[in-house]
Amino acid sequence: MTKVTMTVNGRAVSGEVEGRTLLSAFLREGLGLTGTHVGCDTSQCGACVVHVDGQPVKSCTVFASDVEGASVTTIEGMANPDGTLGRVQQAFQDHHGLQCGFCTPGMVMSAAALLAENPKPTEADVRHYLEGNICRCTGYHNIVKAVLAASGQDVSGLAAE
Amino acid sequence: MYAFDFEKPKTVAEAVEALSREDAMALGGGQTLIPSLKQHLAAPSALVSLTGIAEMRGVCTGTDGALCVGGATPHAVVATEAAAKYPALAALAGNIGDPAVRNRGTIGGSLANNDPAADYPAAVLGSGATIVTNTRSIAADDFFEGLFTTALEPGEIIVEVRFPIPQRAAYAKFQQPASRFALTGVFVAKTANGVRVAVTGASENGVFRWSEAEAALSADFSAEAIEGVSVPAEGMVGDLHGTPAYRANLVKVMTQRAVRAA
Ligand SMILES: Cc1cc2nc3c(=O)[nH]c(=O)nc-3n(C[C@H](O)[C@H](O)[C@H](O)COP(=O)(O)OP(=O)(O)OC[C@H]3O[C@@H](n4cnc5c(N)ncnc54)[C@H](O)[C@@H]3O)c2cc1C
Ligand code: FES
Ligand code: FES
Repeated sequence: MTKVTMTVNGRAVSGEVEGRTLLSAFLREGLGLTGTHVGCDTSQCGACVVHVDGQPVKSCTVFASDVEGASVTTIEGMANPDGTLGRVQQAFQDHHGLQCGFCTPGMVMSAAALLAENPKPTEADVRHYLEGNICRCTGYHNIVKAVLAASGQDVSGLAAE
Repeated sequence: MYAFDFEKPKTVAEAVEALSREDAMALGGGQTLIPSLKQHLAAPSALVSLTGIAEMRGVCTGTDGALCVGGATPHAVVATEAAAKYPALAALAGNIGDPAVRNRGTIGGSLANNDPAADYPAAVLGSGATIVTNTRSIAADDFFEGLFTTALEPGEIIVEVRFPIPQRAAYAKFQQPASRFALTGVFVAKTANGVRVAVTGASENGVFRWSEAEAALSADFSAEAIEGVSVPAEGMVGDLHGTPAYRANLVKVMTQRAVRAA
């Protein structure tokens, strides 16, 4: 076991990990931050996406030791300081961008990364950027709508097919 | 996953030293290796992460005008930093997998793995790039040795890849929609010494140069120039996504699309 130190949602944290401890396991089991979901555990589904130094990564496919010293943001870090839902989270609720909610943490983290890079994406940009995030419930239309709405664009013309 | 020691050296020399230990393995972005470790397809005694080695990260221009990409540079960095100097390469890198994969996966890991459907092997072979390791320089034509096999010796690290800049180039990828790997991808580069055409995803032996198309395109760089040439279906991959004949046809169609886009 070795000690790993990083900043998670603005807070300095450390814990004992094995070489093989994944970032997803460190967050969930080590820190109790179970908002980060593990779906496929094989880097296919994107449910486990978190930001490492501002960039989205699949936390099931990164070792905790490899991000020693990094700044990590998880879904728990996306709410407003007063505990209300953040802009992207609120848009998912308003536009029915979730059903069972399993994919939602990863969707929100990927969507937030897209909007940081590209504040006014087109529908095609959103669909392309979310290619690594799989949803088994919604059929994606309302997710795309939520992301466009979170960017401040008018989505009244987009049908929920 | 079986247990292993984790090391993160700061220099190539330290990494080479760490990799000289029995059963130690290099770790790039882990996008291929970590899933294989989970499946118990590899059982290293130690993983040596290359992502903390500053000299192996980033894109620069060499004295000979070539574009140098550090072996541990993530795809997302190539997609932005190579865009001005080698747009065809940047576009290829920016379309590998998805954003999260591109933020971790590295050029060195992709080339060392030599997946028969991976994108970078087509760019490296199509550009006539040079793979620089900790011990030598390997021409792309000598590097790829068939499915998941390369000229790398155990413990040898890809430190840098040097791409000469062609006059015109483009990559056309027919994407397998679920995996986003290439069902067939063709990289075409027009250089002062003729045209190079490298095909990934199609052959049972991995990436290859299509010499008939190279000859036809060197004489006349137009999509029509290869109307009369074709690759035989024999030796092409046949699986649930497509038959060998389908892939053989895709090779030509993708080559024509790449020529038009170049
Ligand atoms: C969902 C998903 C979609 C993907 N889609 C695509 C796609 O569309 N196209 C595509 O081309 N690829 C795709 N990939 C693969 C991706 O590009 C990987 O990043 C790449 O194949 C491996 O790079 P890595 O840095 O992650 O290497 P690792 O997984 O860390 O390592 C792979 C192998 O290379 C060795 N290695 C790593 N770095 C070096 C080095 N510098 N020198 C020598 N040996 C080294 C390791 O020891 C290991 O054997 C996808 C992957 C995923 C998970
Ligand atoms: S749990 Fe990490 S990608 Fe599916
Ligand atoms: S809401 Fe159920 S998987 Fe997306």
